[in-house]
Amino acid sequence: MADLRNTIESVFHQESGRIIAGLIRLSGSFDLAEEAMQDAFASALVYWPEKGLPENPGAWIMAAAHRKLIDYARRQRTRRDKEDSLAYETETAIVPQESISDDDRENFPDDRLRLIFTCCHPAINVEAQVALTLRTLGGLTTPEIARAFLLPEPTLAQRLVRAKRKIQEAHIPYEVPQPSKLPERLASVQAVIYLIFNEGYSATAGDSLIRRDLASEAIRLGRVLCQLMPAEAESLGLLALMLLHDSRREARTANGELVLLDEQDRSLWNRAQIEEGLRLVDQALRLRRIGPYQLQAAIAALHAQATTPEETDWKQIAALYRELSVLQPTAVVTLNHAVAVALSDGLEKGLQLIQTIGASGALDSYHLYHAARADLLRRVGRHSEAAEAYNRALSLTANAVEQRYLERRLRELSSTSMAK
Amino acid sequence: MRYMMLIYKDETAEPPSPEESRRRVDGVWTVIDEATRRGVLQGCEPLAPTSTATTIRTQNGKALITDGPFAETKEQLAGYYIMDCKDLDEALEWAAKIPTCGGPNGCIEVRPLPGLPAREEVIAEAGASSHNG
Repeated sequence: MADLRNTIESVFHQESGRIIAGLIRLSGSFDLAEEAMQDAFASALVYWPEKGLPENPGAWIMAAAHRKLIDYARRQRTRRDKEDSLAYETETAIVPQESISDDDRENFPDDRLRLIFTCCHPAINVEAQVALTLRTLGGLTTPEIARAFLLPEPTLAQRLVRAKRKIQEAHIPYEVPQPSKLPERLASVQAVIYLIFNEGYSATAGDSLIRRDLASEAIRLGRVLCQLMPAEAESLGLLALMLLHDSRREARTANGELVLLDEQDRSLWNRAQIEEGLRLVDQALRLRRIGPYQLQAAIAALHAQATTPEETDWKQIAALYRELSVLQPTAVVTLNHAVAVALSDGLEKGLQLIQTIGASGALDSYHLYHAARADLLRRVGRHSEAAEAYNRALSLTANAVEQRYLERRLRELSSTSMAK
Repeated sequence: MRYMMLIYKDETAEPPSPEESRRRVDGVWTVIDEATRRGVLQGCEPLAPTSTATTIRTQNGKALITDGPFAETKEQLAGYYIMDCKDLDEALEWAAKIPTCGGPNGCIEVRPLPGLPAREEVIAEAGASSHNG
């Protein structure tokens, strides 16, 4: 029995995204599709122990859920005869009577693609896009998502209800966007996946195990996206980027402390993920449609290829950051560029660049600006200025792990100056 | 002169009882019937609630789409179009063509029109959709 439960759970994990996507197309309703899928899995718990595991469990669930949908529609039609007021609801909930034929499968090779685009539609706010994507494509439960995002469960449930209602009432289409809109819409799908990844990867609060699941889930969604649309350079770049970052997962923290790249034990890096990431970067770059994810993945690839921090190809990295700063002129990117210049062209040059970036005062309340500047000042031996900048950074961040890192640097500085 | 009567209401208010909502629907149809008889009615319809709204602005030809009604307080209602579109994407495409959408001080809010409540309708979920057209 426990075995069967495991089997059902793994079928759910593997197939629920595909099943729910098909059911939404058939029913025109997220809620009906969810209900039908849940009922079908409940039936599986009853039938499979008796009759044995079906040959294709996913197809069995899909067929059972489809029958449930037809049942609901029948029941609703009877009700509609009594109540005209449900006309709108039933209009969108009509279930085609024919069963799923092979022909159907050919015409709709994978409904997950429609589902991805609908969940990440720009008319739904980003938080809800994330929640809906995890709920439907990821098959995560509402409590799981709530825990992962440190939100009260009712807040998350409300977010999901509201998003589903908007899709229904505003008639957000359930389809892959037309080619002219595709690049823009694909970018918002990629953004949602990357957001999920970062929530799992860089967040430092909360239940770390669930957070890890978020990162794995994002990688899984990234893979699905690449399978469904294999020739999209930025999707490949995104998947590569996530794999390369995630390959350092074990080395990134020690006893709850953040370990920065140049201090990480590189033997803990996941070689298989790195190899896959490197292959994907190559594959993406060969498509010759460069974009921010590919550039970031290429940077991560250079780090991954260095067996020691000293071997890092900072010149290349600086060049890639320069290119990235054209596409994405954000503070983080320009700061990273300055650091890469410091490590390839000389610390003084990097420091100058950082001063130039900071000259406008726009980054004055940004802790990473002060932290980056402090690191360079420390490296050139200007310790009192470094301490001042670390203190400034410390006063600007509320993140406990970052605070501990900065405090450690400060302690190190005061002990070296004492030693002198 | 033609005039537009804009209806404002508190969306957060408790939904009315079935009797009350029936009374309101009756009231709506009394106005529609009378205005039709006198030949003054040009059209009327409820808007779906703001939870269904999508706002669009274009900047340098790029559409910025946001979930919800997003007019800034200094932006005031200035006109309307009604278009029958296949889905929200088509509606947003049209909205993007309206000049105000790309101007520095305006946007277009797109909301579905669910249609007038049936004359004798008993509203099961009163308040779930607006019906005070």
